[in-house]
Amino acid sequence: MIPQFLTIQNAISFEESKIPVLERDVWHQAILENCSVGKTRIVALFAEKKNEGLIRLYCILGNDGRKLLHIGATDIAGPNYRYPCLTNQLPEAHRFERELFEEFAVLPEGHPWLKPVRKQNGTSFYKLGGEQIHEVAVGPVHAGIIEPGHFRFQCYGEKVLHLEIQLGYQHRGVEALMVKSDPLRQAVLAESIAGDTTIGHGMAYCHAIEGLSERSITPQRSQSLRAIALELERLSNHAGDLGALASDVGFLPSAAYFGRLRGEFLNILMELTGNRYGRSFVRPGGVSLDITAEMVRDFKKQLSTALTEMKDLAELFFSASSVLSRLEQTGILKQNVARELGIVGMTARASNLLRDVRQDYPTGIYRIHKINPVKMITGDVYARAKIRSLESKRSLQFIQERLDALPHDKIAQPCGPLKKQSMIVSLIEGWRGEIAHVALTHSQGEIRRYKIVDPSFHNWMALSVVMQNGQISDFPLCNKSFNFSYAGHDL
Amino acid sequence: MWDILKNRWKQGYRTIDFPSKVEMPERFREATLKDGEPKLTKALDAKIQKLFGRSLKLRVVTAGSCNGCDLELQALNNVVFDLSRFGIQFVASPRHADGLVITGPVSRNMELALKKTYDAVPDPKIVIAVGACAISGGPFEGSPAVLNGADKVVPVDLYIPGCPPHPLIILDGLLQLLGRIEKRKGS
Ligand code: SF4
Repeated sequence: MIPQFLTIQNAISFEESKIPVLERDVWHQAILENCSVGKTRIVALFAEKKNEGLIRLYCILGNDGRKLLHIGATDIAGPNYRYPCLTNQLPEAHRFERELFEEFAVLPEGHPWLKPVRKQNGTSFYKLGGEQIHEVAVGPVHAGIIEPGHFRFQCYGEKVLHLEIQLGYQHRGVEALMVKSDPLRQAVLAESIAGDTTIGHGMAYCHAIEGLSERSITPQRSQSLRAIALELERLSNHAGDLGALASDVGFLPSAAYFGRLRGEFLNILMELTGNRYGRSFVRPGGVSLDITAEMVRDFKKQLSTALTEMKDLAELFFSASSVLSRLEQTGILKQNVARELGIVGMTARASNLLRDVRQDYPTGIYRIHKINPVKMITGDVYARAKIRSLESKRSLQFIQERLDALPHDKIAQPCGPLKKQSMIVSLIEGWRGEIAHVALTHSQGEIRRYKIVDPSFHNWMALSVVMQNGQISDFPLCNKSFNFSYAGHDL
Repeated sequence: MWDILKNRWKQGYRTIDFPSKVEMPERFREATLKDGEPKLTKALDAKIQKLFGRSLKLRVVTAGSCNGCDLELQALNNVVFDLSRFGIQFVASPRHADGLVITGPVSRNMELALKKTYDAVPDPKIVIAVGACAISGGPFEGSPAVLNGADKVVPVDLYIPGCPPHPLIILDGLLQLLGRIEKRKGS
């Protein structure tokens, strides 16, 4: 418990007036005290302009062990907005504070480097001196079909001493658009935050709207169908990533098989939702398409084949010694580093840090039917590959169970208007990790501030850290093993 | 080794033929828009076709997409769609390419990079806009951070709609552009 903060629940709205607005230093101290002992971590830290000369900072903390969420706010006054920075004691806050500075010109005093998060001009890069140091710069246009980002390596021979990642090329202004758009477009926008996490972000948005609405009962059947779609999304991405890893180590049989398997999951998702990525399926109040008994039978057959194939393929991949020698001991992310950086999701679980929204802050069907998270100890590329195959098996079983026990009520029930002057925090475990959407409504019951935190926003730093003192030739492998989202980070 | 061969045997041949006709399942028909005739792709003129018709090398530039379209472009390379059997390939450098494929509404942050990449492609070049975003801005239309479509920055020869378009739709567009499939009725 944090006495100064308000304890809240995932996807349940609360009145804005209940949020404690603390003295700046009390707020600052409360965050530091709770996070530095490792009990809680920052889920989101963001600002809202109240009026001319006043900015309110909100901080949402998550206590994973005790499964509690907390919120606290503080007001800072203009014309030069400042507060003592958190980053020096809490490295996990660094990107949030840089974002605050970039978007609201709020100055976190004492911050080591307020490097731009998404803006392109005014970026400076860290440079190493010395005659034998050379610099490698890649991007934003890369060699493969991937998203744009700029990477700067400071190398000594093959050894990478430092890697700096500059993002922001994919910035489309989603948060601002969310506030300006009507509900129909909001749902589409939420799905377009990251194309590979369509269902995840779509669900986070829908939970936020359903929780904020004055009357809303989301039918059980739709909850089950959503969970099935979410797990299918996880499966397709995990299979795709395993294929990409296989092709990066030059083990082509697995690369081809996993690539095909990914397609199979996408095709099931297409049969269910009409789109290979599940667009327009999850909507506030339920889902847009129902499933027939015949389809259930068909899916189950396809999924059980996929389960055996997954097992076979994983065996083929993880038993080849040439593969293991590339994966093991490469790109190690230690548990304490992962904790310091506030890493979430699958990446955290591969580093022996059990963080999973489905277990810690369950919503929807996950409240009733548990899915046990998997974790690995070593935190290397091997762990991040293996965890994908282990999680896939759990997800496949989970989908089978849900298909067996589909509730028989409706697939959608329209929601009422949104509550006035309220707030909601909606967390979903997407395939990469914790997706957080935070919405605030004004006195007419419309959204006035929408904050999105993609898991990649927490996680990108992990890639820089694991590359330190690694070989530059291991970079593609490390990068693939994380597969962070550029679009999700850049919004 | 035996495992690989056994697996290969079990899985069989997986590359699909280019379908001659695709039926939309009854379940989705209601949900899709009916009005408005889609404009069909016109093939490139004979001279360009002669140049690129048998071998086309493309360079993909992601310019503010959500990554959905890029995933589908990537999927074209897998064993199921196997793009390279049509002589079309995605290459690593614009200097090796005959044209660009652009996804995303062109974010302001990518404008310069896109222009530079376009300039680096040797003439004559073609530009293909893939996805709703690259056509008009898609869901992000009107945002001050984007430019509402690829044709605001470079001239576009082919638009492939969808959000994201199915790999077969992209393939269909490419093949029609190259005059490699029979013209459909009405085109
Ligand atoms: S068209 Fe759709 S799938 Fe493609 S980039 Fe835009 S939002 Fe993503």
